[in-house]
Amino acid sequence: MAVPSSPPAALSPGGRSYPSQWRARLRRDWPLLAMTAPAALLLLVFHYVPTPGNLIAFQDYNPFLGDSALDAFLQSEWVGLANFETLFSDPSFWEALRNTLAITLFQLVFFFPLPIVLALLLHGVASPRWRAFIQNVIYLPHFFSWVLVITFFVQMLGGAGLLAQELRQHGMQPWNLITNPSTFIVLVTAEAVWKDVGWGSIVFLAALSAIDPSLYEAAAVDGAGRWRRLWHITLPGLRPVIVLLGILRLGDALSVGFEQYLLQRDAVGQQAAEVLDTFVYYHALLPQQWGVGAAAGLFKSVVGLVLILGANRLAHRLGEAGIYQTGRT
Amino acid sequence: MTTPPTLVNGQLESRAAIALERPEAPRARRSHNNWEERPLLIERFGKTALLTLVVLAVLFPMWSVVVTSLASRTTINQVGGMVVIPRELDLSAYVTMFYGGQVSRALWTSVLITVGGTALSLALTVLAAYGLSRPGSLGQRFLLIYFLLTFLIYPSLVPSYLVVTGLGLKDSLWALIIPGALSVFNLMLVRTFFMGIPSELIDSARMDGASEWRILWSIVLPLSKAVVAVVGLFYAVGYWNAYFNAVLYIDDNDLWPIQRVLQSFILAGQSPHVAGTPINLPGLTAYPPTLAIKMAVVVVTVLPALLVYPFVQRHFTRGVLLGAIKG
Repeated sequence: MAVPSSPPAALSPGGRSYPSQWRARLRRDWPLLAMTAPAALLLLVFHYVPTPGNLIAFQDYNPFLGDSALDAFLQSEWVGLANFETLFSDPSFWEALRNTLAITLFQLVFFFPLPIVLALLLHGVASPRWRAFIQNVIYLPHFFSWVLVITFFVQMLGGAGLLAQELRQHGMQPWNLITNPSTFIVLVTAEAVWKDVGWGSIVFLAALSAIDPSLYEAAAVDGAGRWRRLWHITLPGLRPVIVLLGILRLGDALSVGFEQYLLQRDAVGQQAAEVLDTFVYYHALLPQQWGVGAAAGLFKSVVGLVLILGANRLAHRLGEAGIYQTGRT
Repeated sequence: MTTPPTLVNGQLESRAAIALERPEAPRARRSHNNWEERPLLIERFGKTALLTLVVLAVLFPMWSVVVTSLASRTTINQVGGMVVIPRELDLSAYVTMFYGGQVSRALWTSVLITVGGTALSLALTVLAAYGLSRPGSLGQRFLLIYFLLTFLIYPSLVPSYLVVTGLGLKDSLWALIIPGALSVFNLMLVRTFFMGIPSELIDSARMDGASEWRILWSIVLPLSKAVVAVVGLFYAVGYWNAYFNAVLYIDDNDLWPIQRVLQSFILAGQSPHVAGTPINLPGLTAYPPTLAIKMAVVVVTVLPALLVYPFVQRHFTRGVLLGAIKG
C-alpha cells in the first residue's frame, strides 16, 4: 500500500558517507549491533535452535539418550518416513484435518465478509460521537482471552446459562448450544465473530476513508444508484485489502486457533472439536509421541507454506500486489 | 536527501506524523450529501438498529456477569442463575475472593508476569527496532533476513516444547515470559515507525556527539510514544491472556496464572478454592454463592483490559494499519 518510492538512503549520492572499511563500520555501528543482540539471541534460542528440531519427525526421538535435548537429538535413530506412516494411518489425524478444513472454509464464508459489512455500516454513521462509541465497544472483545470469551458464551448460552434459564422459566425446552457437536462449527464461528469482528473492521474502515469521495459524486451525477456505486467504487477500493487478508487467511488454513478448541474439546467431544493443533497436543505431546507430533507439525508448516505461496501467485494473477511487495527493507 | 529540509521542517513533519494518530477531529456531517439520494427512513432505522444490536451483543454479557457477581444468594436463587436486573450491591464475593487462596495468588502471578514480561518485551523490541532502523548500518541486511525468516520457517510445537523443558523452565514462571518475549511482528511495527522519523533529527544529534543510546532515549523514543503504547498494550494483553503456555509448562497449580484458574473454575467446573475462612464482617455473607464468586473472578480477569483500554484506544487505527501494511 504505502510503500514510499524514494531510493534507499545508501544509494543516493549524499548518503554515501558510510566508510566501506568493515572495521570502521564496526567501530561506528557496534552500539546498533549491541542493541539488536538481545533480541537476536532470544530468537536464536527459542526459534532457530528448535527449528531444526522439526527434523525429529524423521527420528525415533528418545529424550533420555544423552544428557541434553541436543544430545538426544544427535543420538536418536533416524527412521525415515515411519512417523509419517503412523500419522497418516491414524484415523483421528484425518478427522482433525477434516475438521480444520471445514472450519476454515465455514469461517471464510461466514466470518470473513462480516468485518467488511460492519465497516460499511460504520462508515455510513454520520454522528462522530456515536461512531466513536460503537468503535470503542466493538474493538474491546479483541483484548479478551479465549478463556473469557468462552466463559461469556457458556454463561449466556450454556446449559446453566441465561438463555437456558429463561427458556426453562417460560416452560420451554432449554437449548444447549455449548455441548452440541453438530452445531459446534457455528458456535466457534460465533465466538470468533464476537471477539474479532470489530477489530477486523479497522483495516476496512481505513481503506474506505481512503477512497476519494469525488468518485462517488461523479458516479452519482452520471446516474449510478447506491448499489452500483457500492459495486463499482467501494468494492474495487477495498479489493487490495480483501485480497491481502484472504491470502493470509488461506496461508493459515491449517491453523484455526488453538486455545479456543482446546478449551471446548472436553465439552463437545473430539469428533467435532479436534483440530490439527489439538491433535498434536493430545495425540503426540501428552503421550510423548515426539516423532509423530513433529511429523504433524512439519506437515502443517509445509502445507501452510505451499498454500500461502499459491494464494500469493493467484493474487498476482488477479493483478494485485499480494504480500511480497510489503517486505521492503 | 540531496537537499535536506531544514530542522524546523523536520520537526513539523514529525509533528504531523503524530497528529495522524489522534482520532479524526469530530466533524459534523450531514446525513447525506446533496448529490446523494435521500436515505429512506427504514434504511436509516435499520442501520441504527443493526449497530445497536452489535453494541448490545458485546455489552450485555459483560453487564450480566458484573451484576451477577454483585448479587446476593436470594437474588441468584430467585432468578435461577445469571442475573440481569441489579437489585443490590453485595460485595461478599469479591471480599471472599481477595481474602486469600487460589484466586488472589493467581492474580498476583498474572500481574507479575504481565508487568515484568511487558517491560522485558518492550526493552527487547525497542532496542532491536532502533538497531535495525538506521539505513546502511553494518550487518543490517543479514539481521533483517534473520528476523523476518521467522515468519516463514518456525519450529512446531514439539521441538519448542522440548527446548523450553530442556532448559529446565518447566514449572517456572519464566516459561510464561521468555520463550515468547519477542514478537517479530511488533518489532517490525516499531521499526517502521522509527524509520519514518526524519533522519535529519538523528544526524544532527549525532554530529553534536550524542551516542546511539542517547539518540534513542532522548530523540527517538519521545517521538514514538504512540507506537510504543500500542505495542506495549499488545504485549501486556498477550501476557495477561496467556493460557496455553500455562497448560503446557505449569503443572503446579500454586503457580497458575489467572486464565488457567478461571478455566478450571468455569469451564472445568471445579469449585473455586478460596480461603476457607468465613468472613465476619458486618453486611457480608459468610459463604457467598459460588456463581457470584465465579463471576467475580471473570470480572477481575476482564478488568485490566478495561482499565488500560481508554488510554491506548485512540492509537489503534494507526498501529493496526502499520501492522496490516507491513504484515
